[in-house]
Amino acid sequence: MVVHELRGAELDRLFQAFADATRRDIVTRVTAGEYSVSRLAEHYAMSFAAVQKHVAALERASLVTKEKRGREQIVRAHHDGLQQARRLLDEYESIWRQRADRIADILAEG
Amino acid sequence: MTVISSHKDAKALSFTVVAEFDAGVERVWQVWEDPRQLERWWGPPTWPATFDSHEFVSGGKASYFMTGPGGEKSRGWWRFTAIEAPHRLEFDDGFADENGDPIPTMGTSHAVVRLEAIDNRTRMTMVSTFDSAEALEKVLAMGMEEGMKQALGQIDAILAGSKVG
Repeated sequence: MVVHELRGAELDRLFQAFADATRRDIVTRVTAGEYSVSRLAEHYAMSFAAVQKHVAALERASLVTKEKRGREQIVRAHHDGLQQARRLLDEYESIWRQRADRIADILAEG
Repeated sequence: MTVISSHKDAKALSFTVVAEFDAGVERVWQVWEDPRQLERWWGPPTWPATFDSHEFVSGGKASYFMTGPGGEKSRGWWRFTAIEAPHRLEFDDGFADENGDPIPTMGTSHAVVRLEAIDNRTRMTMVSTFDSAEALEKVLAMGMEEGMKQALGQIDAILAGSKVG
């Protein structure tokens, strides 16, 4: 199952990638369409190099892909990586659905 | 259905669930306030929870363990950051070592629970936010066992004639 497939280091990278607001924003942007690193950098009050580091962290977590095109580096969403994060939350949802059912059982006793 | 909606934000690592219960707000509050009721639903049947302390006041702490199918124990702690009876509670939730001391490297999640009256029913909204990989991984490792038993549990509830929501 999912948790067994995702070994520790891989999961660490995934969650560290999502832990930062800039990285989350980068993911949101590239989900809507590809961006060059320099175009991404225009949106943040930080250096080009800092944005490049964020992109590299997302790349290590398999959330985005980066490809050289001429002088530009093009960043795209990596949908499998995003779906994996989604699946983890799906599992968590099922835990809470079952908790809610057990609460209903207790309440039904009066 | 008990759970009427849920919302997952994969990017923010947050999770929201909304459930409605056929009981008043004061009654639903008790399933959080009373540790004997809480331990009947917090852990799945395969990982039942036992609360050995439960200081249900703002700033108070709770300590509990869950016992797995092979007798293995997983300890956890809560720190209540807000208690506003009977409408709102907030707490941090993390893992503990065998002495009940928090393991900071395991990370925590933060839960915000709101109860509101809707006619004679109660709507419960819970928002949970994770801050680490390990916290979610451990929660899920215990939940998987539960997932496999889910179908069986539902059949049991129907046979027992109890209300499942």
